[in-house]
Amino acid sequence: MRERVANIGMGAVRAVSELGELTLLIGQIFRVLPRLHKTVRLTVVQMFEMGVGSLPLVVVTSFFTGGVAAVQAAYQFQSWIPDRFVGSVVGRSVLIELGPVLTGLVVGGRVGASIAAELGTMKVTEQIDALEALAIDSIRYLVLPRFVAGAIMIPVVTVFADALAIVGGWLAAVGSIGMTTQTFTSGLHLFFEMGDVWSGLIKSLVFGMIIATMGCYYGLQTEGGAEGVGKAATRAVVSSCLLILISDYILAEFLFSWIFA
Amino acid sequence: MSTGDVVISVRGVEKSFGDQHVLKGVDIDIMRGESLVIIGPSGCGKSVLLRHLIGLHHPDRGSIRINGSDIAKMKRSELYGVRKKFGMLFQNSALFDSLTVGENVTIGLQEHFKLSAEELRKTALMQLELVGMASAIDKKPSELSGGMRKRASLARALAMDPEIILYDEPTTGLDPITADVINVLIRSLQERFHATSITVTHDMVSAYKVADRIAMLHNGRIIYDGGVADVKSTDNEYVKQFIRGEAEGPIRTV
Repeated sequence: MRERVANIGMGAVRAVSELGELTLLIGQIFRVLPRLHKTVRLTVVQMFEMGVGSLPLVVVTSFFTGGVAAVQAAYQFQSWIPDRFVGSVVGRSVLIELGPVLTGLVVGGRVGASIAAELGTMKVTEQIDALEALAIDSIRYLVLPRFVAGAIMIPVVTVFADALAIVGGWLAAVGSIGMTTQTFTSGLHLFFEMGDVWSGLIKSLVFGMIIATMGCYYGLQTEGGAEGVGKAATRAVVSSCLLILISDYILAEFLFSWIFA
Repeated sequence: MSTGDVVISVRGVEKSFGDQHVLKGVDIDIMRGESLVIIGPSGCGKSVLLRHLIGLHHPDRGSIRINGSDIAKMKRSELYGVRKKFGMLFQNSALFDSLTVGENVTIGLQEHFKLSAEELRKTALMQLELVGMASAIDKKPSELSGGMRKRASLARALAMDPEIILYDEPTTGLDPITADVINVLIRSLQERFHATSITVTHDMVSAYKVADRIAMLHNGRIIYDGGVADVKSTDNEYVKQFIRGEAEGPIRTV
């Protein structure tokens, strides 16, 4: 019993300590932000890696997600709700929720693991110490480009994902449900609001920052050899996925109660 | 060689990692232009001490003064200013995998000075020629052997024209001939550039070859400090056991 209580206590201490370290890392990122101009080249490399590198995965995910949204909406509507509302459901659910969240989760898995593994390997092979020894701020050189690239590219990829999911929904509506293009697009227009697009993009901006920060945090915390790198990658992915889902709820409450109410 | 003034002064440095008390009060002065070798059994904290000198670790107690300034009390920007005076050769070379050898050598220059690509390449070639590696300028670190990686890392350490060079186990993992190439290189660079150098090693062949002075770290403290000839004739039981590589003696490793 005593041991259990001690373990719970240790776990709580560890959690608070991790939260403190994470807060420090975020503070350090904002400390070096004014020197972004010195890392433009590195940021562009990361943007390419995160954005272009993730596109194939995002294309497949969003295309089929849009299709599934259309088919399931039609199934649930049956004959009580007119078909044109399929377009409305696909449009709004994709722009507000499915586009940003699925892109965040899919890209978070790919990019978060890659960042954590790369920085983790650099940490255990003393490459990060070597940077510091050369008087190069490792937060500015390694973390800042990834953070900025994440914050820019996840929204950009989300725009592609939104567009492709709607195309996927339209193809499913026309090909599988038997709707006309005009019925689908009229539904799409019916409840369209620019606020939906903005709310999705604000969400994806936050998700991008979460993915990059968690990847960098666990990468820089890596200890040991290959096992440590593997654990860092896993923790980065799990934590960013959880944080994406939690922050999605908080953002939904905030955006739709206050900003776009 | 030594001009007599203290460039690094370490006083009462203590460091623990969890419940492991690694440094228990290290005191040592390092003179400008000298080559100091710190010896000691594996895991005794030699590398930890070396990393303290460049601010990669901060002492729990005590002070480390570089040219009179305590690095533990410096702001980050001041610490980076001090680090520019250092060059460090890491135990596993620590070359950046994503960069070519040439880019590795000039990364410090590229970050701190406004130099054209042509100037950077010229400097990289010059530094790599010093260590006999000019032909590897466009190679990736993964294409190099252990000895070549050490030499490339040495070229990187020298690129910013450092006043103080730190060598962390420079010959570990190398065959005796390659190890001697590194030793000769360290000695020749020392004579050529008159930089202060601090080497940590447990390789006595290397220690005798590169040292002006040898200090021994054991049980978290400097227990011996003397010239190369003194070390060879010392009565200190710990040093005698270590330099002879004997299992029997006051040092217990298991």
